Formats: sequence, C-alpha cells, structure tokens
Amino acid sequence: MIVRISTEGQYELGESDVDALNELDNRAVAACDTKDEEQFRSVFNELLDFVRQHGSPVAEDRLEASAVILPPPDVSLEEAKAEFSGEGLIPG
Amino acid sequence: MPGLSGRMSTVIKAKISKLLDRAEDPAETLEYSYQKQIELLQNVKKGIADVVTSKKRLQLQTQKLQDQVVKLDTQARQALAAGNEELARTALERKNVAQTELQSLDAQVAQLEQQQEQMADSEKKLRAKIEQFRSKKEVIKAQYSAAEAQVRISEAATGVGEEMADVGLAMQRALDKTENMKARADAVQELEAAGTFDDITALGPGEDDIDRQLKELSSTSEVDSDLAKMKAELGIGSAPPAGQLGAGAAAQTDPSQQTAPSEGQGQ
Repeated sequence: MIVRISTEGQYELGESDVDALNELDNRAVAACDTKDEEQFRSVFNELLDFVRQHGSPVAEDRLEASAVILPPPDVSLEEAKAEFSGEGLIPG
Repeated sequence: MPGLSGRMSTVIKAKISKLLDRAEDPAETLEYSYQKQIELLQNVKKGIADVVTSKKRLQLQTQKLQDQVVKLDTQARQALAAGNEELARTALERKNVAQTELQSLDAQVAQLEQQQEQMADSEKKLRAKIEQFRSKKEVIKAQYSAAEAQVRISEAATGVGEEMADVGLAMQRALDKTENMKARADAVQELEAAGTFDDITALGPGEDDIDRQLKELSSTSEVDSDLAKMKAELGIGSAPPAGQLGAGAAAQTDPSQQTAPSEGQGQ
C-alpha cells in the first residue's frame, strides 16, 4: 500500500502495517473531535513516524497513485479537522 | 484491505478522471496533460526564485541591522565617556530593539532556507515523474488501441496528477509563509525609515514620542545591565549591578582606582 505524506513524498508499506496505521488514524480523528491540540500533535507525529519508519520511499520515476494521502507535517488542527473526521483517512 | 481511500486522494482522482473524460482522443489527452505538467514545473521554478528573493532581502536587512547595532553600541560608549548617561541610555534602548529584530530575522532566514531546500527537492521529484510520464506516453501512443490507451493514460495521469497536486500544496504553503515574512520585513523597514536606528547624536528635540515608544519596546533590565557593563569597562564608578566582568576585573575591585580605562575597547 502506498501512503503519501503531503509535501514530503510517497512511502510503500506492507499490508501488515494497515491495522496499526488504521489504529493511529482513528486516534487522530478522536483528537480532532475533542479539539485537543496537544493530543492531536502527538498522535499525528506518531502516525508520520510510523509511515517513515515502516515504509520505504517510492522511487521518483514510479507513476503510482497513493491509497492514502496524509496532510503535511505542519498541518494545523484547524486544517486537519477536514481530513480527520468521521471515518478518518482510512475507513474502518 | 477493502475500501482504503483517503479523502484527498479521492478528490484528486475525481478531478483527473473528469479531465480525462472530456477529451475524446487519448493522444490529445496525453499531450494536454504533459503540457500542464511542464507548466507546473515552470511555476515551481518561479516559486523557488521568489523564496530566494525574499531570503536575500531579509539577509540584506540583517546586515543593515548588524551595522546599526555596532554603531549604536559605539555611540552609547562615546556618550557615556562624555558623561551623558541619558544619551547613552537612549542609544542602548535602540540597540536593544535592533537586536530583538535581528534575532527574529535570523530565525526567518533559517526558515526560508529550509523552505527553499524543500521546494528544490519537490521540483526534482516532479521532474522525474514528468520525465517518466513523457516516455510512457510515447509507448502508449504507439502500442495501444484507443480503449486500452484510455485506461493506461488514466493510471499514469493519476500518478503524475497526485505529485502535481502535492507540489502545488507545498508551494502554496511556502508562499503563504513568505508572504507573512514580507509583512514583517516591511515593518522593520518602516522603523528604519522613521529613523529609529539612525544616528543617535543627530536627534532633534522633537523626538520624545519615538523615544517613549522605544523605551516600551526595549527591555529595561537589559538596557540597565548593558549600561552598567559599559560603565565598568570605561572605568566609570557607581556601577554596582555589574557583578562579574571577565575583562575589567581589576577596575572592578576599587572604584577609585581608575587606571587604564580604555582597556575594554575591543568589544
């Protein structure tokens, strides 16, 4: 599965990482819902680090769409609300 | 895993398929898409140039402020040596303001530097993808029937489209930040134009208002300690707060012992 971190690049993750990613995604949604800036910042950073550590960068000349696009690392809570709401980036 | 789809990727895919649906001829779609990519690449280059220009402007201002800090420091020293403590205090207040500005300018220059690197990196990635798209489009045009070509174009275009959307986003964020910095730089320039950091000895009698404002801006405790330090360096007495000064330790022990007062001239 290819995941893009906006303004940073694409990473290829294994299917086995999906559950953990989904779990972090749900927590990010929860933090957005309660408007808890500190909590959101920490979960979102965890999410980004997870992708960077478990994924391998996609080659520059590979033309492939991402399954999931994460907001840029410097996203504000306000901006993130539009992305992380309801089902989150990853439904389920 | 079923149904994995981010909101942003869905939006991008929808936009691209809409674009592709409109065109009937696959070859035409390919060329159009390629043209758009090249255009965006040009825009990214322009964006980088903008960031560099802003950075240079801030660097120029940094240089100017550094000169002012040195000048005001010298003037404060001269005023103090001439026994005009009030004038020395005013000069130090201005120096304090200039130094605060300088710190924020330095931080901004560093931020722009980072932005510039990030955009250069984005540009490189986009260029690689576009190049890939270019060779792919020749293959598609040569080898596939119209129906098949449509599917492959859609795949390739989505890949590039996503990269383009991402570069666009990175650029927008960079430019927004640069815009904020420009406003800040303009504010500093206005201070400068108003003579805030100008020659302190050229002050006319009507400058009370600006002085009052500067007094509010600058930290009094810092000005006090600067003043005390200078007094100690110049060997002028009654400077109790200047507790520990490496340079003028000898002059510190006894106020009446005013030998070699010009020792601390180096800094």
